[in-house]
Amino acid sequence: MSDDARRLKPVDVVVVGGGWAGSIMAKEMTEAGRTVVMLERGPDRSTAGEGAYPASIDELEGNFRYKLFQDLSKSTVTIRNNASQTALPYRRMAAFLPGEGVGGAGLHWSGVHFRMPPDDLRLRSRVIEKYGAKFIPEGMNLQDYGVTYEELEPFFDKAEKVFGTSGEAYKVNGQVVGQGNVFSPSRSDHFPLPPLKDVYTAHLFRKAAAEVGFHPYSLPAANASQQYTNPYGVQMGPCNFCGYCSGYACYMYSKASPNVNILPVLRRHPLFELRANCHVLRVERDSTGKRATGVTYTDAEGKVVTQPAEMVILTAFQFHNVRLMLLSGIGKPYDPVRNEGVVGRNFVYQNVTTSVVWLDPKVETNQYIGAGGGGVAFDDFNSENFDHGPLGFVGGSPVWVNQAGVKAIAGAHSGGPPGTPRWGSAWKAGMIDTYRHSLRIDAHGANMAYRDVYLDLDPTWKDAYGQPLLRMTFDWKDNDIRMNRYVVDKIGNVAKAMGARNVHLGMREFGKPFDTRQYQTTHLGGGAVMGTDPQTSALNRYMQSWDVHNVFVIGANAFPQGTGYNPTGMVAALAYWAAYHIRTTYLAHPGPLAG
Amino acid sequence: MQGLAGVAACSTVSGTGAAAPPRPYTPVFFNAAEWNFLLAACDRLIPADANGPGALALNVPRFIDQQMTMPYAQGAQWYMAAPFVQGPDNLGYQLPYPPRDLYRHGIAGMNAHAATRHARPFAALAPDVQDDLLRAAEGGKLVFGDVPSAAFFDQLLANVMEGAFSDPIHGGNTGLGGWAMLGFPGARADFMDWVDRYGVHYPLGSVSITGETA
Ligand SMILES: Cc1cc2nc3c(=O)[nH]c(=O)nc-3n(C[C@H](O)[C@H](O)[C@H](O)COP(=O)(O)OP(=O)(O)OC[C@H]3O[C@@H](n4cnc5c(N)ncnc54)[C@H](O)[C@@H]3O)c2cc1C
Ligand code: SF4
Repeated sequence: MSDDARRLKPVDVVVVGGGWAGSIMAKEMTEAGRTVVMLERGPDRSTAGEGAYPASIDELEGNFRYKLFQDLSKSTVTIRNNASQTALPYRRMAAFLPGEGVGGAGLHWSGVHFRMPPDDLRLRSRVIEKYGAKFIPEGMNLQDYGVTYEELEPFFDKAEKVFGTSGEAYKVNGQVVGQGNVFSPSRSDHFPLPPLKDVYTAHLFRKAAAEVGFHPYSLPAANASQQYTNPYGVQMGPCNFCGYCSGYACYMYSKASPNVNILPVLRRHPLFELRANCHVLRVERDSTGKRATGVTYTDAEGKVVTQPAEMVILTAFQFHNVRLMLLSGIGKPYDPVRNEGVVGRNFVYQNVTTSVVWLDPKVETNQYIGAGGGGVAFDDFNSENFDHGPLGFVGGSPVWVNQAGVKAIAGAHSGGPPGTPRWGSAWKAGMIDTYRHSLRIDAHGANMAYRDVYLDLDPTWKDAYGQPLLRMTFDWKDNDIRMNRYVVDKIGNVAKAMGARNVHLGMREFGKPFDTRQYQTTHLGGGAVMGTDPQTSALNRYMQSWDVHNVFVIGANAFPQGTGYNPTGMVAALAYWAAYHIRTTYLAHPGPLAG
Repeated sequence: MQGLAGVAACSTVSGTGAAAPPRPYTPVFFNAAEWNFLLAACDRLIPADANGPGALALNVPRFIDQQMTMPYAQGAQWYMAAPFVQGPDNLGYQLPYPPRDLYRHGIAGMNAHAATRHARPFAALAPDVQDDLLRAAEGGKLVFGDVPSAAFFDQLLANVMEGAFSDPIHGGNTGLGGWAMLGFPGARADFMDWVDRYGVHYPLGSVSITGETA
């Protein structure tokens, strides 16, 4: 513990980060009667403030000045494609957009709300059962999560009820009950709300996908299709498809966020204290190194403060969690050369590409209408829903129209069909035509984990607090490029069935490295994964550090490999799963959770 | 031939910088030479044509000048810690220059290049020559000291698009002309009763944050 740090009165639990994971854990721990301090490095935020209409309906501020996102001037990451390069700082927001401030990225996410497919949770076992161990390419670290769908089901269900998720079930308690995703596993209950209406482009996609023989379904969306009161007693209003969803606080109180769905109750709880503008520097440990004693942070005035605690829960977001573990010496850092260590291992991303379909110029596609989580998807080529045997790759990709609202600056930037100039009269004509008469289809693919793709601390660049930045070593690999190209190729027929006048199939190209300048998604994963073997996972299956038992780490960092789905439904379920085991076992018997 | 000459003739007028934006505006950040460049370049990047107004009528130069007074233009949102090491393009921007400096270096570079090649500043060149220069800058074919021309061009083009299509509260998109040409309703942000009316355009015009309509 640093000598100059001010020590505060001990608390039971300190939660690092005020997003979805942090808010769920803080709520659960206060319910268990524990005192909780939540430390959030960004400002306090609320829907009433950041979401106030009409000032919040400002695309420049929301999507181009990144009003609600991480302040990169203070802290960022460095990135390289392979270990032979010098990683360089991610200086301007582009490829991914981490959140900051109370609510985290949960204040301004989109709302697509999935459960992890059962096969994805045990992907290594499934692939070996179906195709044999030799099917796994050299250098791919394919792993199981160590937790099954059946075990997680109650917690997926709980998260959906807290979020007020709209969707249509396929099977409830083994019985087919509706038009939901035929590939989805059985549920213990329906979605709390019926699915959102289809926007026009999603409606066309649904018809065309069915015509081609695929199995379209409504995306599960944490954007309320009707008025709703969640189990905590907070209320949501119906989404009006305002189109200012991703990147914005929802002025209709329709998009689930920690700020709307959990914090109003938590803030009033006598055992809970929120401290904003407090940047956690590290987790402190006792002389054995096996027990955390609290955290040290820089407060709003720049003073270094130590908060002692019985338990530390890291919920700072995927890569911030990994960095805090590395900075605090929790778990053995990954060494890709010796293939040893676990913190930083299995860093993964989302393998997404977008295709564009142009319809008849008489048809207005109204792309500005949309909800962040709304749309129509098919899963015929996701997960293990299709035979990979003859294809020779691992992983899959849902395909969807998820029209979250394309606004004017974004439309201008997207321009016209490939080959159109980026400015001048030709740009203008192509861009207007594209904006008014096209639609976008994503292949939102999984990304596998590889031995030479990982996270560690950068040797050169530091943050505003003098600590090393996190270094990402990441590139697209042959397996994932082939998967993407196979699935995207299927979009061609759907586009034809929609009556396309022109189609651009957006595919990954062989030999084209990961480009940090183009937005892809903020669905980063892995780096401190869960599992049943401490040689290949940093956390046990309860999200508890193998090495320091009173540290729990909740986030997409736990995913051993990427998935075709968006991560937050799984992150929330894992938070409730970990909280359940902390409440039922750990609090009474602090120590490594077994089994 | 006649058509070409006609285009050249009418654009030369705007190309000289004589065509001030519709409303008089005194730039705060840009000096006179820079402002002339900005007016001329904006006019080429989004020209007025049958598809709708151009960047000058939309007051894009005013938007950019006003943005230059924001913390954004001083790099407040960018990670600007040294060392600055250049690397492959796909690893992103690595120059020590915030937007303001990119404009300063870039415009000086464009004008110096125009002076060496054509003995005139950029704003005084014929539109097709201006287009060639802009294309060369876009393709990274020019170098202004240690600023690759593409870095400057990308900054300029991004701000031009923002100026033409953002809410008029920021100084551009005058009369909501940018939104009207796209059929974008702006800050309406309520499509509860239009979400399932398929294939037909939303009937209400654009509205801005302050309630201006078009
Ligand atoms: C634009 C956008 C759209 C998205 N859309 C979807 C979607 O449709 N579906 C989906 O499933 N997911 C989506 N996501 C991802 C989703 O937002 C995240 O999965 C989710 O927010 C993760 O929650 P979290 O609690 O792990 O982290 P966060 O929400 O990021 O919260 C972490 C918090 O920790 C704080 N923090 C970090 N470091 C420190 C520190 N050292 N000290 C103190 N505090 C710290 C951060 O400031 C932040 O507030 C989207 C993300 C973005 C950016
Ligand atoms: S689209 Fe719906 S959920 Fe999203 S911000 Fe608008 S009203 Fe809220």
